[in-house]
Amino acid sequence: MAFKVIKPGMLALLQDLGRHGHQAIGVTTGGPMDELAFRWANALLDNDDNAQQLEITFGMLSLEAQANTSVALTGADLDASLNGKSLTPWQTYAVKKGDVLSFQQPVWGLRAYLAVKGGFQCEPTLGSIATVMREKIGGLTGKGDKLHKDDILPFQAYDQHQQRSVPRAAIPDYSQSDIPLVLGYQYRSFSDLQRAHFFSSDYKVSQNSDRMGYRLEGNAIQGDAKGIISEGIAYGSVQIPKDGQPIVLLRDRQTIGGYPKMGCVTRFGGALLAQKKPGDAIQFTPITVDQAEHERHLQMARLQQWR
Amino acid sequence: MSQAVSPLLPDMDMVSDNACLLTFSQTISEAISDRIAQVSQQLTNLPGIIDLIPSYTTLLVVFDGDHFDRFAICKAIRQLILKLDPKDALQADVREIVIPVYYGAEVGPDLDEVAAHCGLSTNDVIEQHSANLYRAYAIGFTPGFAFLGNTPAQLHIGRKTTPRLKVPIGSVAIAENQTAVYPSVTPGGWQIIGRTPIKLVDWGSENLALIAMGDKVRFEPISRQDFLAQGGNLDGF
Repeated sequence: MAFKVIKPGMLALLQDLGRHGHQAIGVTTGGPMDELAFRWANALLDNDDNAQQLEITFGMLSLEAQANTSVALTGADLDASLNGKSLTPWQTYAVKKGDVLSFQQPVWGLRAYLAVKGGFQCEPTLGSIATVMREKIGGLTGKGDKLHKDDILPFQAYDQHQQRSVPRAAIPDYSQSDIPLVLGYQYRSFSDLQRAHFFSSDYKVSQNSDRMGYRLEGNAIQGDAKGIISEGIAYGSVQIPKDGQPIVLLRDRQTIGGYPKMGCVTRFGGALLAQKKPGDAIQFTPITVDQAEHERHLQMARLQQWR
Repeated sequence: MSQAVSPLLPDMDMVSDNACLLTFSQTISEAISDRIAQVSQQLTNLPGIIDLIPSYTTLLVVFDGDHFDRFAICKAIRQLILKLDPKDALQADVREIVIPVYYGAEVGPDLDEVAAHCGLSTNDVIEQHSANLYRAYAIGFTPGFAFLGNTPAQLHIGRKTTPRLKVPIGSVAIAENQTAVYPSVTPGGWQIIGRTPIKLVDWGSENLALIAMGDKVRFEPISRQDFLAQGGNLDGF
């Protein structure tokens, strides 16, 4: 019972909510770049929150089902089709043995999530399937490999398909270019002028953006040239390196670093960012910890209530 | 003399809705590092805590804000720290790890340059590097990469102007006042002076990483023959 990989795509990675508890020895978390989309895909199938999914970046992927199951698609619209019939994301679909599920190219967004009923059944490494290519950890082989042709993604066959879709109001507006940012304590180390620059500028997503970090191009921000003593880096930290171009550190970030930080984008902000492509413009909007917490609780409550 | 450890609380700053940073001092010292290791160890068992990243002067705490109240967690962290006597931190069991190293130009291509820069013979470099007892101040950069300090003043040298794209596994290197072993093949800009035959990370073992923050580390020079006998590999450059 499995999907067989016919075409491996640009970058398709097995993910769960991440590898936690090992950052003290330098092992990063990995996990879904768009956590909200990931959580909804599992909710649609009544899966465990942490059930293994496929994160499909850009597309060009084809899978052949070797058994019946239900799948859920969330996140970006990568022009998915089932036996040539077009699929709309943010809902479930019945898949029969022999069906071919394909993803072409982004219609909007960049990363789609494919969940299967019960989750993929692959062997975790250090408690998680999260694939971190840079650290060579996780995924199908345990060595951080992305999907390859002829890989087999095991699942448990399932015949009681239920048609479900995410309420329209709960689907994020991915065209939003305002990225919420919680101001960090180091925010005070930047001058008023530099802060004003940071929050009033458009930043473009650079070509050198990946799961580790999104590099931005725009108004250079001057920070403390000395840097700081290396410290743990939280998810979403916005580092200001020497050249002044901000880097937003995401799921595959390094665990410690010594550049000053403006603050942290929220997990929702990071999800919005992860759906942006090189060249897309964004702005940062300052919010408080209370506001970030409130937004998060609302999103989680909406998910739980719908379940 | 290192700065005295405050018996009270570190500064506590929220960095996002599910992480806070504890700052114990503005300067690096062994006493502060002891205290951070002590607090980090105890916080592991606190319900709601997901991840801890101890470093030179700080401890980043990541918690589960979806199921636990932020204010309750912060309060529990404060209470736990208040109960921990800094004096006990200094008496904590400190592990001493010995890492065998084959120092030589074929596995340490920067050894001659380091010697020239420091005005020492290569033998002096080896002697000084291996005579010192180091402390693991932080782990990061890549899994299991331990920042060990401090090297003797005579061995201080900057990073390479152009980092190598591939540093072989087990490479022993120095930069500024620090030394380290590369646990995996990665790019790297430190000055490479030797190589160890032993594994620094092993995801199949119980400990996962050989060196933990707070450990003491000593390097022991071994011959080329012993290096090979212990499974050492000469490839990579």
